[in-house]
Amino acid sequence: MPVIKNGEIVDTPQGEIHTLGSFLETAPNDIEDARAVRLMPDDDPNALEPFLGEIEIIEISFPRYTDGRGYSQAQLLRRRLGYTGELRAVGDVLRDQLLFMVRSGFDAFEIEKPDAAERFAAAVKEMSVFYQPAADGEIGIFARRHA
Amino acid sequence: MYRYDEFDAQIVKERAAQFRGQVERRLSGDITEDQFKPLRLMNGVYLQLHAYMLRIAIPYGQLDSRKMRKLAHIARTYDKSYGHWTTRQNIQFNWVGLKDIPDVLDELAEVEMHAIQTSGNCIRNVTSDQFAGAAADEIEDPRPWCEIIRQWSTFHPEFSFLPRKFKFAVTGADTDRAAVRVHDIGLHMRRNDAGETGFEVIVGGGQGRTPHVGVTINPFVEKAKLLDYLEAIMRVYNRFGRRDNKYKARIKILVNETGAEEFTRLVEEEFAAQQSAEKITLPQAEVDRIEAYFEPPAFEDLPEVSDSFVKASADDEGFAHWAKTNVRAHKQPGYGMVTISCKPIGKPPGDVSDTQMEIAADLAEQYSFDDIRITHEQNMVLPHVKLDDLYAVYQALSKAGLATANYELISDIICCPGLDYCNLANARSIPVAQDLQNKFADIERQEDIGELKIKISGCINACGHHHVGHIGILGVDRKGEEFYQITFGGRSDELASIGQIAGPGLKQEDVPDALERVIEAYRDLRSKPSERFIDVLDRLGHEPFKEALYAGN
Ligand code: SF4
Repeated sequence: MPVIKNGEIVDTPQGEIHTLGSFLETAPNDIEDARAVRLMPDDDPNALEPFLGEIEIIEISFPRYTDGRGYSQAQLLRRRLGYTGELRAVGDVLRDQLLFMVRSGFDAFEIEKPDAAERFAAAVKEMSVFYQPAADGEIGIFARRHA
Repeated sequence: MYRYDEFDAQIVKERAAQFRGQVERRLSGDITEDQFKPLRLMNGVYLQLHAYMLRIAIPYGQLDSRKMRKLAHIARTYDKSYGHWTTRQNIQFNWVGLKDIPDVLDELAEVEMHAIQTSGNCIRNVTSDQFAGAAADEIEDPRPWCEIIRQWSTFHPEFSFLPRKFKFAVTGADTDRAAVRVHDIGLHMRRNDAGETGFEVIVGGGQGRTPHVGVTINPFVEKAKLLDYLEAIMRVYNRFGRRDNKYKARIKILVNETGAEEFTRLVEEEFAAQQSAEKITLPQAEVDRIEAYFEPPAFEDLPEVSDSFVKASADDEGFAHWAKTNVRAHKQPGYGMVTISCKPIGKPPGDVSDTQMEIAADLAEQYSFDDIRITHEQNMVLPHVKLDDLYAVYQALSKAGLATANYELISDIICCPGLDYCNLANARSIPVAQDLQNKFADIERQEDIGELKIKISGCINACGHHHVGHIGILGVDRKGEEFYQITFGGRSDELASIGQIAGPGLKQEDVPDALERVIEAYRDLRSKPSERFIDVLDRLGHEPFKEALYAGN
């Protein structure tokens, strides 16, 4: 499956991606073996806190596009817990959700379509100003008006 | 009223262009109806029985003449020359072609309007008191905070795919005309001991198939912390709200299943955990900027009593009835708040024609500081009319069929579209409303009965708010036949409660006579004419009314 990162299709190394349960078992003993983890919607991202400095990839799963829990997981990881590694959206990742995902702190996306890069580029350009501050570091309009 | 700056204008323009692209992709077959659904739903476009329906946002129900004329133009150009006020203070057009919707959105953007978040599982249009800024019982005008919430919730990146739709209501008055206790989040402005204003935060109210009155999770949140507090509630809901069953997905179920105390603890914990990086910067200068748009208009110093008003009332009986019922006291002496009833006897409640919209726009411009409101009870309001001008306003409304004198009376019925338009309906609702209006058409009889709120829904989704009607009517389908279940004792004001089912459902043709018996029982039982139906219910309980309801069997 192609992955878009920073707007481009990239090759991703095929290491093991742990479930949260297997990650939490492995990481304390063998962090070398626990660089990638996938969160399901009801997983608590706070559980990753002790290991965030070592993790390279966190995948957040969207089993259905209507399930928006991943946005809160992403915001928590980026803004509250300060995670700086790759945050990848996987599953039912649709073009018209990409902008919300970027704003919530995702920087990588698994997209099935052959023209994924073009779709991504078009989708994230559609809005240029935002009311709320979010995990993408954009300054919200409330503050910009008085900058 | 609020005016867009370049940021607001940019967002609405970009959204219109984005939706145009989405419609093009749909029409060209690049995406299927299934894939299109989430996109159109973010933009107030529903597929109804006959056509696509477009719902346009009217934030907290406020319009000016320019906006109202644009709605009239849209009705005339793209629909069948009428529109329908909804119970969220919005407008719906039932016959707009999908290919035209991008043009409609462009036209709306010209007058600072949009259809953003009028549907979908996101934060919907914020509703408020239709008399905001005019009512005498107001602590403070709630509209600046409605506008702040509107902006904060627009395309919120974290809260656009919630378990279910999410509705806010805000009031600044003691008497709650915004039904804040039956919303997902209700904000009731309060004053603390130090004299500062803030918000009582009420969560988990709602209607639908499991109605609940909301619970107060915080009696006073100061304004500066409001948005952060709301984010905390939304995050708890987004993470923990149920997603396994659409009917259990509203926040009321989460509050109920978690328990109010535990839910409150979760919110407080989330609120406390917000680091500086997560706080929403809402500079005081920004609050001041938005508040400035809602400064009171330049009222004249006028005497309490208007001689011309008194004379016209004596000369014209129709006017006297109308003024008594549809005009309420204004905080400013010499002014009144005028309700323009959109419930003429025998017409679908809440429908207005293009010409009626234009007349309302003219009157707002000439007599009400260019301010006009849409109410959640599906009427219009001219909030600031001089008593001296009331007769002229009345005459113009009369000519346009807009002077029905029934505000808060038995024929001022809230009614959802029902089986005539809605593909979720079990039963028709509009004809039931019409039958009742015809039964009680006589104005003196209506005045004698006094305040009585009848609310009708065509199915358990409760868009017609039947749970909070003094008398609620719910259409149900039993083996292919339509029946109507009657509830008593619901109310949506500061004493909010959910109505109780009286007994077995009635056939449509039996509803008017059955309710007439209930009304006659009420008239016999009241201690004095000013004791309302709802007061007698409180005093005597439901039994006598149940008996009357079924006495015909
Ligand atoms: S209450 Fe039911 S019938 Fe009426 S508008 Fe809502 S969904 Fe449709």
